[in-house]
Amino acid sequence: MHYSLQVNMLLGIFIILLFYALGELFSWLMGGFIPGSVLGMVLLFVSLCLKLVKADIVRPVARFLTDNMGLFFLPAGVGIINAMDILSQYWQAVLTACAVSTLAVIITVACIQERLEKKKAAAANNMTTTKNKN
Amino acid sequence: MHTLLTSEIFILTLVTGIYLAALWLYRKTKLSILHPLLVSIPVLALFLRVFDIPFETFEAGSRMINFLLGPTVVALGYLLYEQRDHLKANGISIIISVFIGSIIGIVSVILIARWFGADHELIASLEPKSVTTPIAMSIAERTGGIPAIAAVVVIVVGIFGGIVGPFILDHLGIKSRIARGLALGSAAHGLGTARAMELGAIEGAISGLAIGLMGIITAILVPIIEMIFF
Repeated sequence: MHYSLQVNMLLGIFIILLFYALGELFSWLMGGFIPGSVLGMVLLFVSLCLKLVKADIVRPVARFLTDNMGLFFLPAGVGIINAMDILSQYWQAVLTACAVSTLAVIITVACIQERLEKKKAAAANNMTTTKNKN
Repeated sequence: MHTLLTSEIFILTLVTGIYLAALWLYRKTKLSILHPLLVSIPVLALFLRVFDIPFETFEAGSRMINFLLGPTVVALGYLLYEQRDHLKANGISIIISVFIGSIIGIVSVILIARWFGADHELIASLEPKSVTTPIAMSIAERTGGIPAIAAVVVIVVGIFGGIVGPFILDHLGIKSRIARGLALGSAAHGLGTARAMELGAIEGAISGLAIGLMGIITAILVPIIEMIFF
């Protein structure tokens, strides 16, 4: 029992690495247009949906990685000490651009999604009323 | 002494230890400004300065942790899979909303930063600001930005979006739980999702779905929009 659990964990790690490698391969074939890790993510999602990969096998590893991702970008984050010059020169640009853009994203996504849902609901309503008339 | 300080085992232990301590502080205080990364980055930077360790040495020593960024992005595919039922039910409207939101997010950052006279290196670091950190860093790296700036900016954006997001949604009178979760996840990734979970289970799940979609769509759109603007 204990033994098979360990094998499963390793299999999960292998599958994540395999999809990362496949993603890097596709990224290279596309001339680096999209990062390999993002393509690997899409490929893993599709393979899970098509049941080519069992969700149970990747779950423990995927959970471990995504639950602790803060640690993984810490080393690169410390690299900010090399970028302090550019940041102190343009801090107003960074703050304004990010604040305004974040508000714009929230408003756009929320309004469009709500409007599309209302349209869908109205269309569904129309369908049922015409059905009732018939 | 100095060779021990710069050894891989010492740096790996230090980074993990400081992160865990910062995480403990964050969970204890529940203050969003005390995000573990915003605490542990200055602490580590100070450590490097006090012990006179060059960043390159630190970077080489922490390579093993840094490598896990890529596998983490791949693992997000699993989280997306967990939300597949929501995607099936409202897929088209969700993808349209996130797609337009992503365009607005990228273009507005470019226009505002340009207006302030920022150079391309900085703008490229800001373009993926609404996307979860590991994806944002790889997008910034591809387009000639600085991954470290992307990482810090993404976290600050997440804190900001998580705090102001619910107020804006209330002010706009957004009732749909899907729209509320989607907006928080698209604009403020994991930190928006944490907030969306407080609003409700549907909001939280949809927000988690939005993180993955926003990441994929932004990764596709950034190079295209870059071609138009630069």
